[in-house]
Amino acid sequence: MKNSHKKAAASYAVNLVLVLLLFAALYFLVSSGTVNRYYADLISLVCINVTLAVSLNLVTGVLGQLVLGHAGFMLVGAYACALFTKSSALPISVSFPIGLVLAGLMSAVFGVVIGVPALRLRGDYLAIITLGFGEIIRVVANNLKITGGAMGLSGIQAIANRKNPAGMLPYAFFIAAAAIFISFAFARSRHGRAVIAIREDEIAAEASGINTTYYKLLAFVLAAFIAGVAGGLYAHHLGVIDPAKYDFNRSVEILIMVVLGGMGSITGSVISASVLTVLPEALRSFSNYRMLAYSIVLICVMLFRPTGLLGKYEFSLSGTVARFTGKKKPAAAGGVKGGGAQ
Amino acid sequence: MSKAVLKADHLGITFGGLKAVTDFNAEIGEHELVGLIGPNGAGKTTIFNLLTGVYQPTEGSVYLDGKSMAGKKPHQMVKAGIARTFQNIRLFKDMTVIENVKVAFNQHMKYSVFGGMLRLPSFWKEEDGIDGKARELLRVFNMEDLAQNTAKNLPYGQQRKLEIARALATGAKVLLLDEPAAGMNPTETMELMNAIATIRERFGISIILIEHDMSLVMKICERIIVIDYGQIIATGTPAEVANNPKVIGAYLGE
Repeated sequence: MKNSHKKAAASYAVNLVLVLLLFAALYFLVSSGTVNRYYADLISLVCINVTLAVSLNLVTGVLGQLVLGHAGFMLVGAYACALFTKSSALPISVSFPIGLVLAGLMSAVFGVVIGVPALRLRGDYLAIITLGFGEIIRVVANNLKITGGAMGLSGIQAIANRKNPAGMLPYAFFIAAAAIFISFAFARSRHGRAVIAIREDEIAAEASGINTTYYKLLAFVLAAFIAGVAGGLYAHHLGVIDPAKYDFNRSVEILIMVVLGGMGSITGSVISASVLTVLPEALRSFSNYRMLAYSIVLICVMLFRPTGLLGKYEFSLSGTVARFTGKKKPAAAGGVKGGGAQ
Repeated sequence: MSKAVLKADHLGITFGGLKAVTDFNAEIGEHELVGLIGPNGAGKTTIFNLLTGVYQPTEGSVYLDGKSMAGKKPHQMVKAGIARTFQNIRLFKDMTVIENVKVAFNQHMKYSVFGGMLRLPSFWKEEDGIDGKARELLRVFNMEDLAQNTAKNLPYGQQRKLEIARALATGAKVLLLDEPAAGMNPTETMELMNAIATIRERFGISIILIEHDMSLVMKICERIIVIDYGQIIATGTPAEVANNPKVIGAYLGE
């Protein structure tokens, strides 16, 4: 068994190096001004959306429950982070990371408060109740003084500016990378196994000694935490918080990313979140037709790949390498995805 | 009979006005294999649901090792030592065979959520240990080679066995098998009977078995409880029960 540890450690190391290389490349492109502010913002936005999709995938894909209020958690995180950085006297480079942690924690608290009653239900009923909670959060934010009411919050210090166009990139990129690693590692731990067992058959999971209430809440709160952090990032990405932007449509947008990529596949969530963020921008030249094209893409994918682009498949570097070098049969490579790295 | 491991004391449940089970008394001894039989709709599965905490009894209670199990939820019952299988197989279909077993080991594992997410040493140590244990358990059922197969792709008989393996992995003292031989051909039934005998030897557990295959019940059970309309109508050795006029009446009609 020691051998498997070495392999796992090696594959984590290789993936870490690749992630760092990717970051270095992006950072160079942005900070040197090779790509303009528009693209720099787009890269950060892709990272934020990847984080959101990966977090929702924990609930929708791994736990197998439909949640329609994910934007609500984002909103909680956005306010928590922005209110902290606005009121704090610390320099932004210190207050922003603290704000992000606060955003996650605050959102996790809301996750517990909402999850305890909501997770007694499942399927359609859970979808409706989370939709309700998502809307409640937004409406409350619309009417409170501290949240700035319907005007929202403005004057949030931007992390990326003219002097430092790559300011946002390290935060957005490494948080996305961390979200991917954490949800990957979670799904392949005993806790993730318990959560997947609940997805497969709740009654059998309970009969196998799984405390279903606890594990459902665990997945839900973890997803809320990550979504809250992403919300904090988003607030500082835009520089303003407009509660109307975190409505039902935003929740659906995140859900589409997860479903399109393949429920339960982290790789799928990453790819489809990236594509669905870039696609509407790339189609801007078609102005009026772009949402039409976007919708057609969605319909086609659902018609021809109802399980999503990747189904439950996970990309694994070690598995792919093994397949090409012919060390393992393709059937065995499927098993590698369990122990391999994403 | 040795000391009772599981005891049902005047157990009963009412659904609205319907008395599904009334005054069910039974003691299951250590290492004993008891059959629970009765015509369709007699309340056998309801009794299993009462014993595993799926239903809370409206009267009486269940004792495990002399401790009352009142108010315990199914997963707490499992932790206490009562595990079960289902009449219609309930596996984690899209998980591999070995993962199905590992799920049931979960309650004996300790590493924290952060230990798992950050891949701390405790994660590797425990996961290795559990991997070995799960394989060992599969070996008992001659299923070690199938460890990496997806559960839903197994043949029917193997799925039944996997469900039993999963129940055993919980570390139960009492195993409740709900029609384990249902839908099996004679060869598979034979194999299952051998498997049940083996696990009883190796794990030293008590087994209660609901079964319609009378040849199986008569062959392996030491004691049989017959119920009809939610009440015990006879108990005794297979031979005693088979010649009991009440039992014959219940099965064939007067």
